[in-house]
Amino acid sequence: MNSLTLSQVTKTYDGVTALDAVGFTVAPGERVALLGHNGAGKSTLMKIILGLIPATSGQVTVLGAAPGSQTARDGTAYLPENVAFHPALTGLEQIRLYLRLRGDDPARAMDLLDRVGLGQAARRRIGTYSKGMRQRVGLAQALIGNPRLLVLDEPTSGLDPVSRRDFYTILDGLAAEGAAILLSSHALTEVEARTDRIVILSQGRLMANDTLAALRRRAALPIRLQIAARPGAADEVAAQLAGGRRNGVIVDLTCGHDDKLARLGDIAALKGLIEDVEIIPPSLEDLYSHFSRRDGQ
Amino acid sequence: MTALARPVAALGATEFRIALRNRWVTITVAMMALFALVLSAAGSAPTGDVGVDALSVTVASLTSLGVYLVPLMALLMSFDAVAGEIERGTLSLTLTYPVSRSTILLGKFAAHLAVLSIAVGAGYGLAAVAALVVDPEATAGLPALWRLFWSSLLLGAVFLAIGYALSAVARRPGAAAGLAIGVWLALVVLYDLGLLAAVVADGGGAFTTHALPWLLLANPADAFRLYNLAASEATSAAAGLGGAAQTIPALHALISILLWPLAAFALAVVALRRVTP
Repeated sequence: MNSLTLSQVTKTYDGVTALDAVGFTVAPGERVALLGHNGAGKSTLMKIILGLIPATSGQVTVLGAAPGSQTARDGTAYLPENVAFHPALTGLEQIRLYLRLRGDDPARAMDLLDRVGLGQAARRRIGTYSKGMRQRVGLAQALIGNPRLLVLDEPTSGLDPVSRRDFYTILDGLAAEGAAILLSSHALTEVEARTDRIVILSQGRLMANDTLAALRRRAALPIRLQIAARPGAADEVAAQLAGGRRNGVIVDLTCGHDDKLARLGDIAALKGLIEDVEIIPPSLEDLYSHFSRRDGQ
Repeated sequence: MTALARPVAALGATEFRIALRNRWVTITVAMMALFALVLSAAGSAPTGDVGVDALSVTVASLTSLGVYLVPLMALLMSFDAVAGEIERGTLSLTLTYPVSRSTILLGKFAAHLAVLSIAVGAGYGLAAVAALVVDPEATAGLPALWRLFWSSLLLGAVFLAIGYALSAVARRPGAAAGLAIGVWLALVVLYDLGLLAAVVADGGGAFTTHALPWLLLANPADAFRLYNLAASEATSAAAGLGGAAQTIPALHALISILLWPLAAFALAVVALRRVTP
């Protein structure tokens, strides 16, 4: 059974369609990235999943129950975008409260804060925390009670690169234990390596829902081949391969997915003139632009 | 029961800690203590030969003070309760936890009522000590003071709950503060002035004999004042509408101040349920 099932979910505000017949699933242990511009409907979709706002139409099933029901809330953890806490409380007090609200042992608060690297600051007031530290408090509360579904809205915003890596390591551990993870992000490169599937929303509509490899195949965007010529040979390499020169030594080529091997064969034939070849597949940014602009823009 | 009591206790303890750190406890205790001492000093002078003990006189003065101050303190603490959380962005996260909205409100309510009881207890306690120092007979007024204490908490509970309802309806702290001041003025100050004007215009007619008692009971602040003055032996020290409504039995006033907190809290829960974060 899927941890999360969305089918034909539509949300309209005063005649404006925020979500238009969106449907996808997240299975236990699966990490799904939700991508989209600001205002694409990501946060609205998450709030519907959490039962904070009702969908106008369509079905949502969270852990086999209705969104916002006791079963759904018991098993779901949420990290809101720009998470905030009362500035007068310390990180430790805040996490102790959340543990007690989930019927968990408040003594575990220190372990949780240590796990997100906030052990040192646990007894300081949240009002003195940086944005990244508040984000870690938010992550700590999302780890309470072994959630079976995590809904994370821009979870790594405000985190430095090392903290981001630590954060994804924690997520990998949760997914390995069977938690389903739905996270939104603007940082496409970090999502690339750390999620199993990508869902792209644009203006409330689902534009893509697949693995990165499958999206690459479907988009059929050109692959770039970057050839480093030996000193003085760049012109000849460019002429032979009908490619464009970029500077003294680099020659740029693009080719379709199916032509890749043939082009590489051409390059290999010029072995004496070439120092190195880089194959640059379309980036997630390219794919994202492709899928989010697909209809007519 | 424990399933409900545990989250209420957790939320209440957290809210109380916040109230301590925001200086609400200090501010309200200082406010009540100051006013109670001033009233004691002013009230102890003329008692001498009236035949009523010093504390009973102070209780009558404290009733008039409490009817203004307790609702004000309650509204000041509660107007931010929901709107502030919406503005800070903390409410949506709390609402995803497996606790109901009425439980969240009960937690805040328990903490704010505890702060009020500390402030009111400190103020009235000081007044009692001051009265006992000048008049050994003042122990006779202790039952009236105790009655004033718990009925003040009921009055505070009403205005705490009204404050939550306003906070949930307004959704922004600034708007909620404006509404709270408006409600305080309307229920505590203008309501009585309006009734007084109506009584004067009526000149002892049907309004004064039939409608007035019910209108007084319908306002929690008036019901509070009526109950304490009607039950007290020091009614002679009271003035204004309290004297005009001698005909209302204390029991009716008591029922009113017992029902108001429940009704206001139910209203607050309904208002919070309508909030979409």
